[in-house]
Amino acid sequence: MILALPRGGSHASTLAALPGIDTSSDCYNFVNNSWFCPAYLTDRRAELLAATQEHIWITVVSVLVGALVAYPLALLARRSPAVSAVVLGGSTILYTIPSLAMFSLMLIPPLPGISPWSVVIGLALYTLTILVRNMVAGLEAVPEEVRDAARGLGYGRLKLLLRIETPLAMPVIIAGLRVATVSTVALLTVGSILGYGGLGNLLRLGVQSDFRAQVLTASVLCVALAVAFDLILLGLQRLALPWQRG
Amino acid sequence: MDFSAVWDYLAEGANWSGSQGMGAYLVQQLLLTVTSVVAAALIGLPVACWLGHIGRGGALAINISNVGRAVPTFAVLVLLSLGPLGVGELGPYGRAGLATLVALLLFALPPIVTNAYVGLREVDREIVDAARGMGMRGGQLFRSVELPLAMPLVVSGLRLAVVQVWATATIAALVAGPGLGNVVTEGFASGNTAQVVAGALLIAVVAVALELAMAVVEKAAAPVPATRTRIGPEPRPETPASRT
Repeated sequence: MILALPRGGSHASTLAALPGIDTSSDCYNFVNNSWFCPAYLTDRRAELLAATQEHIWITVVSVLVGALVAYPLALLARRSPAVSAVVLGGSTILYTIPSLAMFSLMLIPPLPGISPWSVVIGLALYTLTILVRNMVAGLEAVPEEVRDAARGLGYGRLKLLLRIETPLAMPVIIAGLRVATVSTVALLTVGSILGYGGLGNLLRLGVQSDFRAQVLTASVLCVALAVAFDLILLGLQRLALPWQRG
Repeated sequence: MDFSAVWDYLAEGANWSGSQGMGAYLVQQLLLTVTSVVAAALIGLPVACWLGHIGRGGALAINISNVGRAVPTFAVLVLLSLGPLGVGELGPYGRAGLATLVALLLFALPPIVTNAYVGLREVDREIVDAARGMGMRGGQLFRSVELPLAMPLVVSGLRLAVVQVWATATIAALVAGPGLGNVVTEGFASGNTAQVVAGALLIAVVAVALELAMAVVEKAAAPVPATRTRIGPEPRPETPASRT
């Protein structure tokens, strides 16, 4: 006989084990344990919002940090084939390391240990593979004639890079950002090993307590976040680069 | 945490032996990886090769990778283990063995299918036409021309699958499943930082070793050594597959 321990805020769950009592209004007790449960969404709204917020901020910060590191690395890689081999090879090796191991290795001092910043560092390192490649490819695809024309107009190296090359490389860079962001949203769930996995924390707690509604809700929210980020970046690309339309 | 504690943990024979030792978990995880990649190849390669050969289903073969990237492997593992597959013991694969194997298979398929399909489609059409002109038909054309030229990309798909599956097998421990992730989760549970870092190092080192070993196989699979004239598909920037 299963003990009907109360799981949510409703008293119905305590009665669930008693025969003849309708528990259909409370679908997330131990007896029913439904995958779909609207009552769960309303009762645990605060918890879901907090996990989603954590998921969003860690994703945004990780991709931003990754992009800020990847840009100078891409400029270095463009300068010499030797640096390019080291940067691309190094980021490929980092990308090979499983996320559970990557987050756990953050316990080595002076890395931050049990902290959201460990998750941010790990995720930012993963984005490098995609972002550096796309930044190099985007910058190299700028036609030589365009560079010549800009130089002829008196553009120096920095101005050429910032005003001509980078904007023209933007479609390829944003394509990389989209791939990086979508995989970051998915990878972040493993951050729950350090207690900072956003919706992954709900997955971890859900599996420990055999809580189907929580697990399905967190999974769906994860995929929805990935799709939402992808659409937002696509929208930004259209807004920022009107000549790309059509 | 002191680094010497990590080495001490790795050097201690007792930590490697027994059913809860790193040795058993390592063998278990390698077994999981090999089983699911072989199963995914047996299912995915014929489908991808057929689609590539007849030139249909490109959108499916490409999009399967994009979908794979957006769905967290952890979520799939959790959903499968709480679902009908359950967390029962499955021989050498351990607790939640079936749920783990199915999740690994699902995440091994996208890189295998996408790469094999793209490899076959990118075989130079002129070479295919020349082979047709020499009288080659469907099966012979596929065996003697298309498949050998597509081989590097087919193997590259297997390499991505191996690395991805190894990483996903690691997180099976988060659903109380099998594999080396248990060294890490047990370390966290008992507050033994040296054990956590030792387990993470072992997982990472084997992942890199698998990647390098598969890269060697990939080189060997090229029909013509890369330094000579290239007749296979053009090398292109590889979009990384889904990651765990």
